[in-house]
Amino acid sequence: MRRVPWIPACIIATMVFMAVFAPLLAPWSPIDQTLRDRLLPPAWLDGGSLHHILGTDAFGRDILSRLIYGARVSLIVAALALTAGGGVGLTIGIVAGYIGGAVDNLLMRLVDAAFTFPAILFALLLAVTMGQGLTTLVIAISLLLWASFARIIRGEVLALRHRDFVALARVRGCSSLRIMLTHILPNVLNTFMVLVTLNIGVVIIAEASLSFLGAGIPPPTPTWGLMISEGRGRIADAWWVSLIPGIAITLLVLSVNQFGDWLRDRLDPRLRQL
Amino acid sequence: MTADPVLEVRDLHTHFFLRRGVVKAVDGVSFTLHRGEVLGLVGESGCGKSITALSVMRLLPRSGGARTVQGQVLLNGEDLLTKTPREMRDIRGGRISMILQDPQTSLNPVFSIGDQLREAIMRRTRGRRIDAMREAVDALRRVDIAAPEQRLGQFPHQMSGGMKQRVVGAIAMSRHPEVLIADEPTTALDVTIQLQYLKLLKRLQQETQLAILFITHDFGVVARMCDRVAVMYAGRIVECGPVDQVFDNPSHPYTQALIASVPKMTETAQRLYTIEGQPPSLMDLPAGCRFAPRCPYADPRCRNVYPDTCTVGPRHTADCWRLAAA
Repeated sequence: MRRVPWIPACIIATMVFMAVFAPLLAPWSPIDQTLRDRLLPPAWLDGGSLHHILGTDAFGRDILSRLIYGARVSLIVAALALTAGGGVGLTIGIVAGYIGGAVDNLLMRLVDAAFTFPAILFALLLAVTMGQGLTTLVIAISLLLWASFARIIRGEVLALRHRDFVALARVRGCSSLRIMLTHILPNVLNTFMVLVTLNIGVVIIAEASLSFLGAGIPPPTPTWGLMISEGRGRIADAWWVSLIPGIAITLLVLSVNQFGDWLRDRLDPRLRQL
Repeated sequence: MTADPVLEVRDLHTHFFLRRGVVKAVDGVSFTLHRGEVLGLVGESGCGKSITALSVMRLLPRSGGARTVQGQVLLNGEDLLTKTPREMRDIRGGRISMILQDPQTSLNPVFSIGDQLREAIMRRTRGRRIDAMREAVDALRRVDIAAPEQRLGQFPHQMSGGMKQRVVGAIAMSRHPEVLIADEPTTALDVTIQLQYLKLLKRLQQETQLAILFITHDFGVVARMCDRVAVMYAGRIVECGPVDQVFDNPSHPYTQALIASVPKMTETAQRLYTIEGQPPSLMDLPAGCRFAPRCPYADPRCRNVYPDTCTVGPRHTADCWRLAAA
């Protein structure tokens, strides 16, 4: 049995904690500009001060505070988009894989269509028609995610469908709905969990790209992706502006992946020893 | 054995409608299964044994284009082929049950044995959890599983193949069905476990007066398990009768050839007898007797007209022109 990955778990817990209690934790406002204090380096560098432990950005905003508030947006977007996109993908994958035939064909052609669709373009279109904001961002990212979920889950279901326990469930008089819910779904949950953790990184990066393009959360609300793109032009002299949110994204994605690996092993009864 | 038919299949035709043509997998099968009786259905791979079973259960693969086009399946006089899907689901769980070949995939890997037994039991009694628990323990005890209380919490991968197949048996019998269809239940088990499993199945069958349709290709298993045997060839039953009569006096040339090709321990080793040629394509069946192209006695009539079913002994019939002439 693998040990519980304590370090990743602590990192995830810290980020969630930061997101939930952002107003209490942040030393400064994340949006108020103080142009006198612009581009202050972190405390441990020359010229840094303990007032702004992680330094300030080009508008004199405290990076630590923006990081803490940014965790909110990133985690909320990730949670909502993965619930919506992943949930739709899971449902479609199971239905297509189990029912098969014409239904499967239709749904899988939809998936193919979704793959050919330029997601960024679609997100921009949504932003124009619906206006920028959290809802638009979540819908755009969900549309990006569901197809890959559906395709992978369907493949898994195709293999499961021909296992004898499914046939025997039908022999026992289970309806198709019941088989999908009680026999197929628990068997694909492992895969689903792994997909979710792997896609958290994708979501955070998608959120960053869309925010950068102006189709995401509008500034000045801090998001990690936005923070990176804001510091992009000054990477040579004020590297901390981009690097610090970059490190946050890396840590979160790594931790979530580690945690996902552990969860997968934990959920697999074959690996669960007495 | 009383003449009390539980399951009667009359002139069953199940065809696969493919783009390349029609595959007549089951083409006019009739048999009767009585209460407390084990009927063996034997034949080589692809002769339609399993499709017959699936037609009875109405669980033909939906994507394969399979349809039962003609016939009746009477369970205590009620025709299953005219039931609604909902009625059929009730019948499947409660009155007809099934055991499949491979115990490795017959159990859901993510649920404990207890959960899977309970699922089957709860659907019958709609009762309380604690009663279902007790019944699950009893069900496991009936199939000779030691320490059933501890086994309930275990997962399929923690059990051996033979034990899993006994659990599958326990689940199949948990709702006290009238008919059990066993589709090669011992093929995937090793020989010593096979014997043990067959004895267990036989004992349970005698205790509960269960009727079993036992599908196999192994004549040894037939001799041990069955009261009567039906021999199937290319989608039809060619001979049917009590096991000892069919063994002592095989009347259809195909049955004779099958029995001759079973190696005998009592004789010194010789070349094994084999049947020349291949079974006919189910898409392009011969007009007359299906076995005629491989039959050493075939004459022009055999090739053109399907023979009548002839009585060769008490409750012993075979489809062959040679018997009609006699």
